[in-house]
Amino acid sequence: MLQINNLHVKLEEEDKQILKGVDLTVEAGKVHAIMGPNGSGKSTLSYVLSGREGYEVTDGSVSLEGEDVLELEPEERAALGIFLAFQYPIEIPGVGNMTFLRTALNAQRKAKGQEEMSAADFLKLIREKAKDLKIDADMLKRPVNVGFSGGEKKRNEILQMAVLEPKMCILDETDSGLDVDAMKLVADGVNALRSEGRGFLVITHYQRLLDHIVPDVVHIMADGRIVKTGGPELALEVEKNGYGDILAEVA
Amino acid sequence: MPAVAKQKLAELKRDATEDRLAAMSLPEGAGWAAEARGAALARVREMGLPHPRDEYWKFTRPETLTRAEAPKAALFDGGEPHLFHERDRLHLVFRDGVLDMTASDALTLDGIEIERLSDAMAKDIHWARDVYGVLETNGQNPVQRPLAALNTAYASDGVVIRVTGKPAKPVCLTYLHESEDSDAILHHVVRVEEGAEMTLLETGPAAARFNKVMEVDVADNATFHHVRAQGRDHERRAVTGTFARLGSESTFKSFTMTVNGVLTRNECVIELTGDDAVAHVAGACVGDGDDFHHDDTVFVTHDAVNCESRQVFKKVLRNGATGVFQGKILVKEGAQKTDGYQISQSLLLDDDSQFLAKPELEIYADDVACSHGSTSGAIDETALFYLRSRGVPTAQATDLLVLAFLAEALEEIEDESIAEEMVERLSGWLERRAA
Ligand SMILES: Nc1ncnc2c1ncn2[C@@H]1O[C@H](COP(=O)(O)OP(=O)(O)O)[C@@H](O)[C@H]1O
Ligand SMILES: [Mg+2]
Repeated sequence: MLQINNLHVKLEEEDKQILKGVDLTVEAGKVHAIMGPNGSGKSTLSYVLSGREGYEVTDGSVSLEGEDVLELEPEERAALGIFLAFQYPIEIPGVGNMTFLRTALNAQRKAKGQEEMSAADFLKLIREKAKDLKIDADMLKRPVNVGFSGGEKKRNEILQMAVLEPKMCILDETDSGLDVDAMKLVADGVNALRSEGRGFLVITHYQRLLDHIVPDVVHIMADGRIVKTGGPELALEVEKNGYGDILAEVA
Repeated sequence: MPAVAKQKLAELKRDATEDRLAAMSLPEGAGWAAEARGAALARVREMGLPHPRDEYWKFTRPETLTRAEAPKAALFDGGEPHLFHERDRLHLVFRDGVLDMTASDALTLDGIEIERLSDAMAKDIHWARDVYGVLETNGQNPVQRPLAALNTAYASDGVVIRVTGKPAKPVCLTYLHESEDSDAILHHVVRVEEGAEMTLLETGPAAARFNKVMEVDVADNATFHHVRAQGRDHERRAVTGTFARLGSESTFKSFTMTVNGVLTRNECVIELTGDDAVAHVAGACVGDGDDFHHDDTVFVTHDAVNCESRQVFKKVLRNGATGVFQGKILVKEGAQKTDGYQISQSLLLDDDSQFLAKPELEIYADDVACSHGSTSGAIDETALFYLRSRGVPTAQATDLLVLAFLAEALEEIEDESIAEEMVERLSGWLERRAA
């Protein structure tokens, strides 16, 4: 599904290399986790995949189902099926959450040559999805993420994911700032979306999210590279011993 | 300014003013009307028409508004009905500044008396005498507004409305621009009697060049709501003056949406004369292109206790467009417990566009809460990326953020359904522009 080859990325503004050759393949139907110390380049990877400005790809390639991703605008990547749940979701004063979601959904449908969804159908869809994530009517009405608690913002990201039904879901530290109950809600939301045709890349700093979203593959990222890959047991190892041992071992 | 230069400027202004006046003739009317017009004409002569050296004309060039001949303005067909067309309303249609009685509804509505200005001014005795030119004159001090005095002198059409009850529907004035070189002057007079209330809607560009004055006298406990859209014509020019006087516990709310038009100067002069009155004036403006120039010049005077005033002006400017805001809150001695708020903001979609703001506060009372702020900013790139990452194309995402930026001004519209209609129309215009 998602294929990343030898990806090198530096900041546009400074001459600072952040990703130094990332190789990663996420198969359809699989959940891959990326763990790693702060500053290792996990968020950078997620931003580069979604097309944020400010980064320069100096080498390597990214494709989704064989299509070159790096050439595309962010909105085209979204229409292709890439979705990033942001580590820090953005507040947009003045734009209602519902309007935001409907605009996004219909823009993607339009890009795929589908009919726009009627207001009534959309309302039905959103109500159903919101209920599962315990997102109330008030949160839907309010401006996007404005005045939302940390946990509400993260649930709102998962709501967007549930509505847009992307092929490739990237979650950047969706667990940070969540209490146990909220984490369960988020994990249930993600697990409900797990399906054969969909890939997941779950970025996390801690193992605890992976108790709820059990990954097929775990990667350890350090200093802009994937330094170790293994099964779910790798996450447990990190939990027990921290990153020190693993980093020392690959150094 | 040295005395010689001052003298020279006065001469220049006098000559320009006489040139303009020579091309016009005073309309006929009853004794009081002739008196009001004559007095206005004298005021114009004394002040002289605006000149770029005048303090409040530094940011906006007045020549095309003052010169004898109106610059041509191409007609524009937006391919859609004017705003408010589906609303239950008393509808009056003006063609290039002339009321078209056959296209308009009959001038009857429960709770109001409505007349054509020329009819009112032909009557020997008329209540409008106490308002016509009176509020405009009050509004000449301390800042002169010669184009409004010119309007008072020469306006021959308009409506005169006396509100005695609570009419079931709004009065809607639709201004059609049908001739390339029309030069229209309209003057409306509104008196909302004690406890009465009305909503006045205005839509359309009106003429190639349009000079409009509206005097609104809001009595105690009365309410006046005003919502207008100035059409979509690109080449039209407009100078408008709204003069309002508010009695105690009265409410005045005015909102204006401006899209396109090479030159717009909207002046609003409000005097809070009774305690506990509320005045809100707001504007949303969207300008595109280096020949777009839009100016809001507002003056709010607090001359009573415990009054509230709000000025909320938002401008979205792109491709070299210019926006101007000159807004003042004057709190007179004794106007304690004044709550005065003023915000003017621009969203500049590129480096070529500019926003010039002159916010002013002048306060002679000690127990007041007044605040003002003015900002210029670019589009929020982070928000833009967030929207795009969800699949919303850049142009559409920008439109959403533009509407979000304008929301604070649009929220000043009291009637939710009218606000919705405005937002809908505006999004349509933005969308089509992008296509
Ligand atoms: N826009 C930026 N400006 C400066 N430094 C940045 C920027 N983005 C990322 N970095 C740096 O790149 C490195 C990787 O950051 P990031 O991808 O956020 O790591 P992680 O998500 O793994 O904590 C860090 O050293 C960080 O300071
Ligand atoms: Mg991060």
